[in-house]
Amino acid sequence: MSIPTTNVTLQRRQVVTKILAARKDELVVTGLGAPTWDVASVSEHQNNFYLWGGMGGAVSTGLGLALAQPERRVLVVTGDGEMLMGLGSLATVVVQKPKNFVVIVLDNERYGETGMQQTATAFGVELSLVARGVGFEIARTIWTENELSEATNEIFTARGPMFFDVKVQASDDPMVLPEKDGLTLKHRFQAQFLGQKKSLSEGKQ
Amino acid sequence: MVEGFSWSDEVFRVLREGEVKQVAYVPDAGHQKLIQLFIDKNDIKHVPLTSEQEGVALLGGAWLGGERGALLMQSSGVGNVINMLSVPYECRFPLLMIVTMRGEWAEFNPWQIPMGQAVETTLKAMGVIVLRAREERLIGETVHSASKLAFEGGRMVAVLISQRALGKKNWNK
Repeated sequence: MSIPTTNVTLQRRQVVTKILAARKDELVVTGLGAPTWDVASVSEHQNNFYLWGGMGGAVSTGLGLALAQPERRVLVVTGDGEMLMGLGSLATVVVQKPKNFVVIVLDNERYGETGMQQTATAFGVELSLVARGVGFEIARTIWTENELSEATNEIFTARGPMFFDVKVQASDDPMVLPEKDGLTLKHRFQAQFLGQKKSLSEGKQ
Repeated sequence: MVEGFSWSDEVFRVLREGEVKQVAYVPDAGHQKLIQLFIDKNDIKHVPLTSEQEGVALLGGAWLGGERGALLMQSSGVGNVINMLSVPYECRFPLLMIVTMRGEWAEFNPWQIPMGQAVETTLKAMGVIVLRAREERLIGETVHSASKLAFEGGRMVAVLISQRALGKKNWNK
């Protein structure tokens, strides 16, 4: 398939590798499709929660988690197609103003799992301006390695909520499939909170 | 608005006693007082949504982080959540939805009827347990039962509050 060449130079796996190399106890929620494979391939971790469905729900899932765990930083890593289906959720985030919340969109301007059809971002829709418009104080489109370095620093230190749309090449990377059983993923993720007072309500199950 | 103590006060108490920590909603006239109680008390996170499907995902994330939640919406909103229910279905996240019905009892707006009539069928098709509260006096205990089924039984549960229990919509207020 021929993809129109643009001035995009960043590679999605390298972007995710660079960002998550700095992770410590941050919680990561991935949007369905390539972002799930990307995160699984470079930073498989108990603190990852991989969505395999629920398109449009990655930001909302991360928001509920961020509100429940205000002392932990939550990173949502998703794609442009998934984000476009949940644009309204960005407005919902701003109402809550979670300072521990980061959205990272890996924007290849394509629906990668369904034949690389162009998304709205290929036609000039700029997600970071949407985020800015609904009230994210930090919201930028990332094109270069230097911009990515600056954003990576902010992702782990700045006050959220923040939004980064990272323009990446429309590459065809090897699929790296993590665990896909939702119940298993839930239990794996929740195990880290055992012993917290908050999880007592779960203990009643 | 119902004068004095109402089902809204009772549901407010039931949800608080059920340790609900996040209440997400798209407003409905039927939920007006309940939503206002959460806003006024302001000790439980209240999350206004742009679409009901956000609430399903939000409360999944809340549960991942150890918090219980409830989703308040009108029957028309049920149509907006169907695919997102795949997430709590697959992960067996508890989900408590409190739905005020339109399109099923003395409805004057024909546009409300298609979704109102389809609510129970579509929710059940997605594996949601449906409890109906047809009279005002039964709403509190129905929500209490649904809360147990959701959080202790680990299931998706919807309480459908009948239009009959809510009374006709007053367009002159």
